[in-house]
Amino acid sequence: MSLDKETVARIARLARLKVPEEELAPLAGELSGIFAWIEQLNEVDTNNVEPMSSVSDVTLPMRADKVTDGGIAAKVLANAPGGAVFIDPSDKNAGGFFTVPKVVE
Amino acid sequence: MAALTDLTIAQLSAALARKDASALEVADAHLKKLDEHRALNAFITETPDKAREMAQASDARRAKGEAGLLEGVPLAIKDLFCTEGVQTTAASNILKGFVPQYESTVTANLWKSGAVMVGKTNLDEFAMGSSNMTSHFGGVENPWKRKGDNRKLVPGGSSGGSAAAVAAYMVPGSTGTDTGGSIRQPAAFCGIVGLKPTYGRCSRWGVVAFSSSLDQPGPFARTVEDTALLLHAMSGHDPKDSTSAPLPVPDFAAAARNPDIRGMKVGIPKEYRVDGTSEEIVALWSKGMDMLKAAGAEPVEVSLPHTKYALPAYYIVAPAECSSNLARYDGVRFGLRVPGKDLTELYENTRGAGFGKETRRRILIGTYVLSAGYYDAYYKKAQQIRALIARDFKQAFEKCDVLLTPTAPTAAFAAGDKMDDPVTMYLNDMFTIPASMAGLPGISVPAGMDKDGLPLGLQLIGRAFDEETLLRAAAALEKAAAFGGRPAGY
Repeated sequence: MSLDKETVARIARLARLKVPEEELAPLAGELSGIFAWIEQLNEVDTNNVEPMSSVSDVTLPMRADKVTDGGIAAKVLANAPGGAVFIDPSDKNAGGFFTVPKVVE
Repeated sequence: MAALTDLTIAQLSAALARKDASALEVADAHLKKLDEHRALNAFITETPDKAREMAQASDARRAKGEAGLLEGVPLAIKDLFCTEGVQTTAASNILKGFVPQYESTVTANLWKSGAVMVGKTNLDEFAMGSSNMTSHFGGVENPWKRKGDNRKLVPGGSSGGSAAAVAAYMVPGSTGTDTGGSIRQPAAFCGIVGLKPTYGRCSRWGVVAFSSSLDQPGPFARTVEDTALLLHAMSGHDPKDSTSAPLPVPDFAAAARNPDIRGMKVGIPKEYRVDGTSEEIVALWSKGMDMLKAAGAEPVEVSLPHTKYALPAYYIVAPAECSSNLARYDGVRFGLRVPGKDLTELYENTRGAGFGKETRRRILIGTYVLSAGYYDAYYKKAQQIRALIARDFKQAFEKCDVLLTPTAPTAAFAAGDKMDDPVTMYLNDMFTIPASMAGLPGISVPAGMDKDGLPLGLQLIGRAFDEETLLRAAAALEKAAAFGGRPAGY
């Protein structure tokens, strides 16, 4: 399996990862090397093998559909990198917003 | 009396109980070691004020007769565990300045037992690496050096800072996380004990996620008994982690204090004899078996036929889960933000600047194997291989109680080595990854030295949720090997 520059650019776009143009070719080389090494998995016959998504054989537990927390808007927004806007600055737990660049014209 | 920093957790607890020292004195003695050995770069954040405050509270509890299991014991915490009010970085630029507003379950359990935090340790970025060289905050130096050679060696990874801090006597114990070997391999490189519990034994709630079906918190210490004490405090069912096992916590320390392994069947997997393993490690492995045999165990040769496929399958499963988990770092809610002309550019700029090289590489691998048209060929195939690996172990454990293997194929290597080709670095985890894929508990015990005077570890692997048998075997190996090594100058 060999990945070309265009494929790396495409997956970088899917991953929302900015990769500078000059890094695309070396990355394609590295990733191709890794995938060539991974190819050995094709030696294994996996017909009729059930895929294993988790090692714990417990059934995921259900809980009552009840509100168990809330009223902590100030904590939720404490690390907002663009700063937060609060509905009521005198009661920061009443609710607020993360800020992002304008998305609607 | 021995220096407070030379004591094990069990000895410290006894000294504190006898009032030979206060928790505050114990904390101060260890904080002084953090000062002395700062050049190792084992810590990203030191928390001396918090340590003193917690130690004083511990002394107050003891005075009231309310001492917990780890009352007054200073610990270092891998900077992957969220700690309320204390910066948590995962060694990544993208989490720069992130201050959690909540405490991880595992650390909360430790503080409930009376332990004292001295700081947050360095690691590979998002726990992705085997050398600690991928940290945004620089690599950690292993306190061990080759005889007559002053080159800096790596402590292993990803929990390199936690391992180095214990090996350098800065703390008697620390926490790590192990996804493919991130506790066991650094323990081997640093000459200490490192235990990866069964997947589900310790809660993952509040631990920065890398690969959710593999990640598992666990302890480092200088003795098997101490790791058992830490595991006891860290474990337990947590409704906040749906994969946390609803099982009672056994008395792990009692198991570790009972190195009676007469009649225990120890499996030697023949597929672990692989090219590229140092001859000294192969020799130590058979010496380890002889030691267990002399202690009354019975060696059994077993076969784990899919061993060689565990590593490449891991490099599909782990990056796939990583690419999903790390999608949350978007520059909107926490961490770094690099502006852009629109929202998409803000995401791309933030993630491009925030993630280091290895993390970017793994996000790209994961995105690729999960992308349309490739899912069955890669991710599903890897999950099928994972099922076969788990079946191999199940069949092996019909014939034996624990498995004995090397922990890593080499001793600690020099900083900068194995950096040219990612696959060369990945091969470091070839003995630890199979057990991770099957969710089984594993422990690395220091068992000898190589010709350069570097510590070497042996790994024991146990049945799921049978850490007690594992600890018993580890205690027997520890007793027989009588490692006793200490890095010069520490």
